[in-house]
Amino acid sequence: MSILVYAEHDNTELKADTLKTVTAALKIGSDVHLLVAGANCQSVVEQAAKVTGVTKVLVADNAAYEHQLAENVSALVLELAADYDTIMATALTTGKNFVPRVAALLDVAQISDIIDVESADTFVRPIYAGNAIATVKSLDVKKVLTVRATAFDAADTDGSAEVVTLSNVTDAGISSHVKDELTVSARPDLGAASIVISGGRGMQNGENFKLLDGIADKLGAAIGASRAAVDAGFVPNDMQVGQTGKIVAPDLYIAVGISGAIQHLAGMKDSKVIVAINKDPEAPIFQVADYGLEADLFDALPELEAKL
Amino acid sequence: MKVLVPIKRVIDYNVKVRVKADNSDVDLTNTKMAINPFCEIAVEEAVRLKEAGTVTEIIVVSVGDKTCQEQLRTALALGADRAIQIETDESLDALNIAKLLQKVVEEEQPQLVILGKQSIDSDNNQTGQMLAALTGMSQGTFASEVVVDGDKVNVTREVDGGLQTLALTLPAVVTTDLRLNEPRYASLPNIMKAKRKPLDVKPAADFGINLTARTSLLKVTPPAERQAGIMVGSIDELIEKLKTEAKVIS
Ligand SMILES: Cc1cc2nc3c(=O)[nH]c(=O)nc-3n(C[C@H](O)[C@H](O)[C@H](O)COP(=O)(O)OP(=O)(O)OC[C@H]3O[C@@H](n4cnc5c(N)ncnc54)[C@H](O)[C@@H]3O)c2cc1C
Repeated sequence: MSILVYAEHDNTELKADTLKTVTAALKIGSDVHLLVAGANCQSVVEQAAKVTGVTKVLVADNAAYEHQLAENVSALVLELAADYDTIMATALTTGKNFVPRVAALLDVAQISDIIDVESADTFVRPIYAGNAIATVKSLDVKKVLTVRATAFDAADTDGSAEVVTLSNVTDAGISSHVKDELTVSARPDLGAASIVISGGRGMQNGENFKLLDGIADKLGAAIGASRAAVDAGFVPNDMQVGQTGKIVAPDLYIAVGISGAIQHLAGMKDSKVIVAINKDPEAPIFQVADYGLEADLFDALPELEAKL
Repeated sequence: MKVLVPIKRVIDYNVKVRVKADNSDVDLTNTKMAINPFCEIAVEEAVRLKEAGTVTEIIVVSVGDKTCQEQLRTALALGADRAIQIETDESLDALNIAKLLQKVVEEEQPQLVILGKQSIDSDNNQTGQMLAALTGMSQGTFASEVVVDGDKVNVTREVDGGLQTLALTLPAVVTTDLRLNEPRYASLPNIMKAKRKPLDVKPAADFGINLTARTSLLKVTPPAERQAGIMVGSIDELIEKLKTEAKVIS
């Protein structure tokens, strides 16, 4: 039973979450292939070939795949689909964008955001912002899945897979890339950090997010935010943690000035240890916190930074 | 140009869903329902395009039983011109929804389809992409800005690393993200006017599509509860606990 896993990358680096998706794939079957679609992405191919458990790396290195446009990438995957029983990608922006197209064109249902594999056709996934957990069986011959990376451990990287270069090139020609405006940060990726500190509306403005910087520096943490903080323009959209933002599950999550709406909890309640700092003792965030501190964040944050 | 806005009736976002005691599904009896927030953003975007003179007609469509007419009326009150209910009592997979919408697209020939990126009940994030694939329309998901420019639409997308802008050839499918706009409230006169706007009901069975379920829901359980935590009295105590009890910092 062969499984195709789409490698998430930026033409330079293989996203660490792909290693977790490989682990999910290995729970389904043993012949796991990684597809690297990109342009000038040789370094990604090298990293992909080292992922333990991967038997083959398929490479489509062409300008048509530089920005991994959904129309082009889905056409490529469709051309390969006949050889696979299961097609999977990580539930990150690229995978979420193109995988449903593959499912639709193969005429199979997609199962999104799986957090466990019960068997080759039965999967577990959160619904209703994680307030219910569904076990879903696919009745289709082929399975098309996206994987919630936080639910799986990363595969090791001591393998040596065979690398196969593909000559397929599809450019649908109906969409083109105009520009990227990516947030530049020296901090660890939200998804990969073992400690995350997030600020909410209680931070009051973007300037005050600097109060989190010193703490994040000392802890090697990534900085996140609630939707309210993003909507208010305090910080960019890619910092939003939640049901409809990023899903994180670090060893330590510190929520500062965040009330704990179900949509926010959906993105962080699987963190190992949760700390909440909030001046309202009734804030729902305290119900999921392992350690709660009722305090004004403008007093608590400088003290925390000084004492760490 | 014409714009089609598919919308969904879902649990109100403020309500925390409960799981049925027999673990067969979630329990929605007597639950407050509403238009999916992302669909509401889609309706708002269509209305703004109409106000700007880009769009001439807004058609809203929903797949569901009679109760979804309530959400269609809401969309009409927000500014849509007419509504289509594709009637079914079944809860359909996203693929089957996309196939029904494909038929509506073929009939109505909209230049733009705007829909929510995900519904807050099933959290699938599939329908828009599937519809784009089935119709061969171009696709711009997770939009935070939509600018129609001649026979193209520029869509700025919320991606993991920040923002990405694509130029799509029309006709196109756009799915909305939270920052696209802030939906208005329907005014009372508009709610009254909406009652007289056309709402067509078409049975799903008349679309000539095999709507057999492709997935089967085996069980639904509540999530694992987190163990109750404690309140600490000071920053010193917090640091102490994190170092010696939780051992997550050193
Ligand atoms: C469709 C949809 C999707 C959504 N998706 C997401 C999502 O992905 N992520 C997300 O986060 N939200 C999401 N939301 C929004 C969510 O419902 C909440 O509105 C949001 O999480 C609230 O953010 P907040 O906690 O920062 O703000 P608030 O709820 O306003 O809370 C601010 C908190 O700060 C505290 N505070 C204020 N001042 C201080 C101070 N000086 N010191 C200490 N504490 C202070 C207050 O006591 C309060 O608890 C979504 C909503 C919808 C409808």
